[in-house]
Amino acid sequence: MALYSEKVMDHFRNPRNVGVLEDANGIGEVGNLKCGDIMKIYLKVEDDIIEDVKFETFGCGSAIASSSMATELIKGQPVSKARELTNKAVAEALDGLPDYKMHCSVLAEEAIVAALDDYEKKTKGE
Amino acid sequence: MIYADNAATTKISEAALKTLIELNQEAWGNPSSLYTYGQKAKEVLEDARADIAGLIGAAPGEIIFTSGGSEADNQAIVSAARLGAKRGKKHIISDTIEHHAVLHTLNRLTDEGFEVTLLDVDQYGLVDPEAVRRAIREDTCLVTVMYANNEIGTIQPVKQIGEICRSKNVLFHTDAVQAMGHIKIDVEQQNIDMLSASGHKFNGPKGTGFLYARKGIRLTNIIDGGAQEKGRRAGTENVPAIAAMAVALKENVDGIDKTSSYVTKMRDKLIEGLSKIPHSVLNGDPKLRLPGNVNFCFEGIEGESLLLLLDDRQIQSSSGSACTSGSLDPSHVLLAIGRVHDVAHGSLRLSIDHNINTDEVDYIVKNVAEVVEYLRGFSPVWRDLVAGKREFVL
Repeated sequence: MALYSEKVMDHFRNPRNVGVLEDANGIGEVGNLKCGDIMKIYLKVEDDIIEDVKFETFGCGSAIASSSMATELIKGQPVSKARELTNKAVAEALDGLPDYKMHCSVLAEEAIVAALDDYEKKTKGE
Repeated sequence: MIYADNAATTKISEAALKTLIELNQEAWGNPSSLYTYGQKAKEVLEDARADIAGLIGAAPGEIIFTSGGSEADNQAIVSAARLGAKRGKKHIISDTIEHHAVLHTLNRLTDEGFEVTLLDVDQYGLVDPEAVRRAIREDTCLVTVMYANNEIGTIQPVKQIGEICRSKNVLFHTDAVQAMGHIKIDVEQQNIDMLSASGHKFNGPKGTGFLYARKGIRLTNIIDGGAQEKGRRAGTENVPAIAAMAVALKENVDGIDKTSSYVTKMRDKLIEGLSKIPHSVLNGDPKLRLPGNVNFCFEGIEGESLLLLLDDRQIQSSSGSACTSGSLDPSHVLLAIGRVHDVAHGSLRLSIDHNINTDEVDYIVKNVAEVVEYLRGFSPVWRDLVAGKREFVL
């Protein structure tokens, strides 16, 4: 069996929603360089809907694929729905990750939560 | 496909493969048996032993066949430890960039009450022979320093370290798994008491290796059982594979001058090309390195994604990033030579052989540069570096 599923390799080779959102109103960054994974999520939320989402990732193949899949899963969703995204859902949507790579999906979930927190902090601050 | 991971394993040579197949038909007997088939196998086995001994300046009785480099490392170190313990000497000296076959064996001995001093290496991965001299104590029973490093290719001053050990009457072992068949080794001239080697690192079959132990060094068995290998390693010898290993080593050693000058030229061309990638650094000594080893760190990217994308471009390589080691820490070797975590995660090892040509070197340089640039394009770390929010290390 190959290291990664076809789906992981597809999202790794052709990451969706990669890049920066200049007009983001929610940004989350998680991970640390010591462990070798950093994910940054940019959200553009309008009327409680995630209108657009982009990501930047420093990390291995599964970290890049997890970020890509997580952005796909929340794009166009209401904020409340995006908050429900679990790392398990990300891993399942990728047809599974090797055990020792599950933390990549955890990081994706955490990055989305961090971006949503940032969005809510900003909107409440207004 | 460009295979640039010869430090992981090499392809078996045609002559070795031919030997392996033919001897499985012609010399399949058990070399411990007394009848004709057995004695034929015994003859092949002893010829291989004599050939290998001759290629490294040893006597045939000083070569013990093992399953590979790890077993040889284990046996050498444990043997020296048991010999030392008998005389109340329970201190061992090694260094921080050894292979895990050495480090984990030393850990086990530490648990058993041995004291281990791991010497630091310099920024190029070199062990200072004078540091070895200073570390030797009355109760030191062994110094074990690898011949050449598997990740960064640095070649250690083995001869000088051996000389110091000899003058202090301390056993000296070297893990020569990466060096054997690629650079000239003579155990007598280089003051080596024990040496480990692995067949599949020099175009021999997998599952073969040997331990050289100077005459008079009493070995402790790692595998107990029958009286094979003069009672030093039980288990029926894989005669065809051992003979194939001897063939591969002879081929490599016979052509060593020509091969190493060509491969070194290709290596230096590769290093020159990759050095042009901004914010990159060569790991290991620029000159005192294995002919085929190239190892770089690229700032702002992670190694596993780099090697997977290079695989898509028909280049097979390796990385010392955490994600390729199955742990959270990047390579202990890169950390030991002073690379910080950020940078150590972005490493790439290319270990080439004589099959590479200049077009392929150019192709590798071009593609590594492209993939590094692509990955930096969506790396939040790279963005911060460029924006001045984080300081460049390289």
